Amino acid sequence: MHLTEQDVAHVARLARLVLTDEEKHTLAGELDRILQHADELAGLDLAGVSPMSHVGGGETVTRPDEPRPSLAPLTALANAPDADEQQFRVPAVLEG
Amino acid sequence: MLDMYSGLRALRAGLDAGRTSPGELFAMCRNEIARRDDGVKAFLTLVDDDPETQRRLRGEGPDAGYAGYAADGAAREGEAEFASDGTAPDGRSGSAGALAGIPYALKDNICTAGIVTTCASRILAGYTPPHTATAVRRLAQAGGRLLGKLNMDEFAMGSSTENSARFPTRNPWDLERVPGGSSGGAAAAVAAGMAPYALGSDTGGSIRQPAAYCGVVGLKPTYGRVSRFGLVAFASSLDQIGPLTHSVADAALVLQQIAGHDPRDGTSARVETPDFSRGLTGDISGLRIGVAREYFSEGVDDGVRRKVEEAIALLAKLGARVREVSLPHTRYALSTYYLIAPAEASSNLARYDGVRYGYRAKDADNLVDMYSKTRSEGFGAEVKRRILIGTYALSSGYYDAYYKRAQQVRTLIRRDFDEAFADVDVIVSPTTPTTAFRLGEKVDDPLTMYMNDVCTIPVNLAGLPAISVPCGLDRGLPVGLQFIGRMFDEVTLLGAAYVYERAAGHSPLRPRFAPEVTGHGV
Repeated sequence: MHLTEQDVAHVARLARLVLTDEEKHTLAGELDRILQHADELAGLDLAGVSPMSHVGGGETVTRPDEPRPSLAPLTALANAPDADEQQFRVPAVLEG
Repeated sequence: MLDMYSGLRALRAGLDAGRTSPGELFAMCRNEIARRDDGVKAFLTLVDDDPETQRRLRGEGPDAGYAGYAADGAAREGEAEFASDGTAPDGRSGSAGALAGIPYALKDNICTAGIVTTCASRILAGYTPPHTATAVRRLAQAGGRLLGKLNMDEFAMGSSTENSARFPTRNPWDLERVPGGSSGGAAAAVAAGMAPYALGSDTGGSIRQPAAYCGVVGLKPTYGRVSRFGLVAFASSLDQIGPLTHSVADAALVLQQIAGHDPRDGTSARVETPDFSRGLTGDISGLRIGVAREYFSEGVDDGVRRKVEEAIALLAKLGARVREVSLPHTRYALSTYYLIAPAEASSNLARYDGVRYGYRAKDADNLVDMYSKTRSEGFGAEVKRRILIGTYALSSGYYDAYYKRAQQVRTLIRRDFDEAFADVDVIVSPTTPTTAFRLGEKVDDPLTMYMNDVCTIPVNLAGLPAISVPCGLDRGLPVGLQFIGRMFDEVTLLGAAYVYERAAGHSPLRPRFAPEVTGHGV
């Protein structure tokens, strides 16, 4: 199977990346080589082998549902590219 | 005469004897940085030695709210509270206080409250975290003095530190060569004598491979041994923080301080923290050492192979029982890793959207446009490549063929190790197939670059601890010997590595520009 520039464009859209035509072209080749290398896994008999979800015990960890101190609003907003009245400001969701 | 190659015990003894002071050690490091770092370029940010910084890193700053460790009973429980001068709190395995007054440096993906943390990425330029990584907080509470933040491949993705958005770091042994990666700044800073130790992170070899290339010791602890709280996530099921030092004994001392359960990390293991120096007895008679044929493939350079075989012969002479083991799925590790790690990265890096922190692109038409422009301008080529592979491997129609299949093979790789460790106590191998390569040599060929990690990747997939120690020079460049241990058996791992290190007499390795100074006093 070969990865096309259209495939790359589709995946880039899913990942919220914009690529130039040149990037799409280069990446299609690079990603294709990496995935072709990964195709060696297709030859393995994996019947009955469970996928590893966690290398350790895999126990689910919970903590008591108790209130604890959290980030102060001004601290939380300190790194914001654009903040206003204790909120993160973003461009309009639809047209600007 | 003390310098940054002397070892942590010698530095501590110098402090105890009043022959030097924390301020003087800090100044010595800054001196070396001023002398060496124009050439090596390991540091991204330098930090001043002021009490306010130390206080903030201990979690006592004015923003203690979320970072408000004091208010957090769960965190306090089972965790040593160190006095601010680093004196022993609870006799924690006899080594508490070992790092008090001693400088250190951090890879720039480990968060430090109030100090810029960028992951060497444009998208995090200027980001100042409100919180400090648990591992760093423990060092600060033990009285460690932070020198600064170190260069790396952007988001820890790479094997040469050439993927830094700022500048490449150079190998102190040969400035035309790479220091390895992704903790290249950490390995180079320690190798060049600019810091006595550093913390890095290891997802597929990112501590051990640069340690091998730069001639230092690099330890990747068992997954879950060291809290990942405050480590900027790359691949959460593989990432682990660990030390880069000049000796195995130093690695044990640093691990002692940073290890232990942390309620802030759901994958932090609830296991006892042993005395990691306990195994440094110098006796390995009867220790069973496994050698896996699969780690000596044709890709391993003759020079590296020779050094590693000499090391194995030495271990046998010292009383170890060396036997062959088989890890048949090793050949699939690289493919497995380059599906799983990018898949996790594509998910973890979704958070960089220009809304809450980091870079935001100008002139976006709408929200989605802002996300896309921000990410496209903010991420470098390798990060984009991995996000795309990961997104693809997780996308509808390909999930079963790629991601799920890789997770199944991961089970087989772990099973190989489990079976091998029924017969042996540690496994030895080359850390890397070659010595340090030249800058620019592999940067345009991702798959060849990935091959650097072929001996280190299986260890992360299985969650095991492993350490790289110098095993000599090949044509003037350091070679690394890797020891792999059982889950949570760092004591045996460190003991084996220590015996080799002592008998071989290579450590500390000093690059040509740092000849050993003999003389009295400081």
